[in-house]
Amino acid sequence: MLGLRNFGHFLAGSLRIVLRGGPVYWTWLGCLVLLIALGAGAYARQLDRGLITTAMRDQVSWGFYIGNFTFLVGVAAAAVLLVIPAYVYNWKPIKEVVILGELLAISAITMCGLFVAVDIGRPERFWHLIPGPGSLNVPSSLLGWDVLALNGYLVLNLVIVTYLLFTLYRNRRPDKRIFTPLVLISIPAAVGIHTVTAFLYNGLAARPFWNASILAPRFLASAFCSGPAVLLILMQILRRTTRFEIQDSAIWKVAELMAYAMFLNLFLLGAEVFKEYYSDTEHLVHMRYMYTGVGAHDPIVPYMWASLACSALAFLLFLLPRTRRHPLYLNLGCLLIWVGVYLEKGMGLVIPGMTPDTLGEIYEYFPTWNEIALSAGIFAVGALVFTLLVKIATRIMLGEFRLRPAGGASGAALPTAVPGVS
Amino acid sequence: MNRREFLCSLAGCAAAATAAGCLDPTHTGWFRKRFRELAPADVAAILEGLEREHAERFGKEAQVGAQAALPGVEFGYALDISRCVGCRRCVYACVEENNQSREPQIHWIRVLEMEKERGIDFAEADAYYDAEQVPRPGHFYLPISCQQCRNAPCVKSCPVGATWQEPDGIVTIDYDWCIGCRCCMAACPYGARHFNWAEPAVPAEELNPNMHYLGNRVRRKGVVEKCTFCIQRVRSGRYPACVEVCPVGARKFGNLLDPDSEVRYVLEHKRVFVLKAELNTRPRFYYFYGL
Repeated sequence: MLGLRNFGHFLAGSLRIVLRGGPVYWTWLGCLVLLIALGAGAYARQLDRGLITTAMRDQVSWGFYIGNFTFLVGVAAAAVLLVIPAYVYNWKPIKEVVILGELLAISAITMCGLFVAVDIGRPERFWHLIPGPGSLNVPSSLLGWDVLALNGYLVLNLVIVTYLLFTLYRNRRPDKRIFTPLVLISIPAAVGIHTVTAFLYNGLAARPFWNASILAPRFLASAFCSGPAVLLILMQILRRTTRFEIQDSAIWKVAELMAYAMFLNLFLLGAEVFKEYYSDTEHLVHMRYMYTGVGAHDPIVPYMWASLACSALAFLLFLLPRTRRHPLYLNLGCLLIWVGVYLEKGMGLVIPGMTPDTLGEIYEYFPTWNEIALSAGIFAVGALVFTLLVKIATRIMLGEFRLRPAGGASGAALPTAVPGVS
Repeated sequence: MNRREFLCSLAGCAAAATAAGCLDPTHTGWFRKRFRELAPADVAAILEGLEREHAERFGKEAQVGAQAALPGVEFGYALDISRCVGCRRCVYACVEENNQSREPQIHWIRVLEMEKERGIDFAEADAYYDAEQVPRPGHFYLPISCQQCRNAPCVKSCPVGATWQEPDGIVTIDYDWCIGCRCCMAACPYGARHFNWAEPAVPAEELNPNMHYLGNRVRRKGVVEKCTFCIQRVRSGRYPACVEVCPVGARKFGNLLDPDSEVRYVLEHKRVFVLKAELNTRPRFYYFYGL
């Protein structure tokens, strides 16, 4: 009972924290709310008229929404995979890295859910996916597996983060017997969600561009670039704006690992490019649609070359110790990686996979403004969730938001040091 | 979905599943079972509701049936490529018979014009040729609709089991269970599945009032549809509309289990092939060269 009451204080105190902030904080929240309103308007329009407000048609029946979904599954997976180097290299703030990674995962999965929700034609029938009242078609449907995997991953991350933060809030040390197994489960789960999502495409024999075994490894490699990029920037912001201590060496090590991941990503891409161009079968047309265009059809070609250029440049910046330790180049590299992988997954996976369609027709898909506005709204929701969660978590980790030892009111500032290695 | 339905469904989301069930004790509305799990009385109530809905929407009587598969029947189709002239009469007969949306336009049959010299080459095929000019020299025509696969990738991919194979081989969709995720469209190698990107428009005077729950009843926006071999016709012993309308007799249809059927005759006496055989979908739709 006492635990429950403390949890009530914990929630109330968290609410107070997010309602307090300086002008920068409120401006940022205001911008996000504006974007969310824009997205909500776009969604209302789409609900009213149908998915005809998008540029998707029978020929290209998945588009920007599903591309964003796939990209964000990667972000969610990779954020948690940062736990591995944190343990291997025994960085000082392991718990902090774990918590920030899982908060990012929670925000990314929230966006994933929203992107799927806005993509389906009959959202009011979502309950058909719930086993029991509905009829989730597992084991045969990969989307069915994805629903289970993503929701399981969301719950797992929520449990870990809530447990860690609530324990710290009560001035206790996390119980390793609870904390360590949960974190150890979350690592294969992270690999799992991205693999299942890759299999969703990979299993479709009708689409030769996706029906290649290299797809799941490529997903993981590219995700290991994009996920940590967000965390690197976040760590630097936290270091500057709070008393949060993050060693330079940890940041540089993450950048170095990202360089290796990007090398693997580019290598796997090269392997695919070779196979398609050298064997020159009818399947080559999808890759040509990406990189050279087919006839006069070349709407995504500039984006694909931009993606390649960003990824290659970021690889070089992170490979060379001098540039990855330079604050400017480090952040430029993060941005380039983010853009490179975003274009690769958002445009370069779904669209060429469906163009030309299964009967050879080329329909030039490019997202409409309504699709883009709706997607911007979903990204704003994710950013809002992430901002609020990080704000609460930082105050707890810094010992500024703790339960008073006597028990009772919350929100008291306690001069506690940043907790070290658990 | 109208405003009331939408608000209801939002309320349903908020309420626990059981509470929603209490609001809708007949199990025939938003919170209902899958078509295959419905009790006969519920099916009757749903069909009656659909007839009422059609009458209100089109000001015209419609009969919505749900006739089950006949025992000892497995439907098969055979199309003679050497006879087809690409006139697209099948396409338009199908649209009228099956109440396909006129705006936005949905066609369950797609006729591809191909160059004789290239053989079947989808990359070079043209679906937008001028039907006034057919048959063009040096070209042949390949009509494609649902291949009613025995090993159907669409059925496998559906996350909610809204599409399945009936005992007579027809792959059907429950339009009231489909969530519109379009996995089946990504999975279909034949471009046979079509999505209602907007609310379908069918002129009342062109409405075909003879309907089947799993076939040609008018769809709503946000769900997938496809050829059902004219389930509303073939289960009462009639030919599909495309077979009837074909001016050159290129289309043959019948019961694969009946040794005297026309389709069986084609399989025995002609050499047939199926599209994209390498994908192991094992279609019930065969192509052959009759001449």
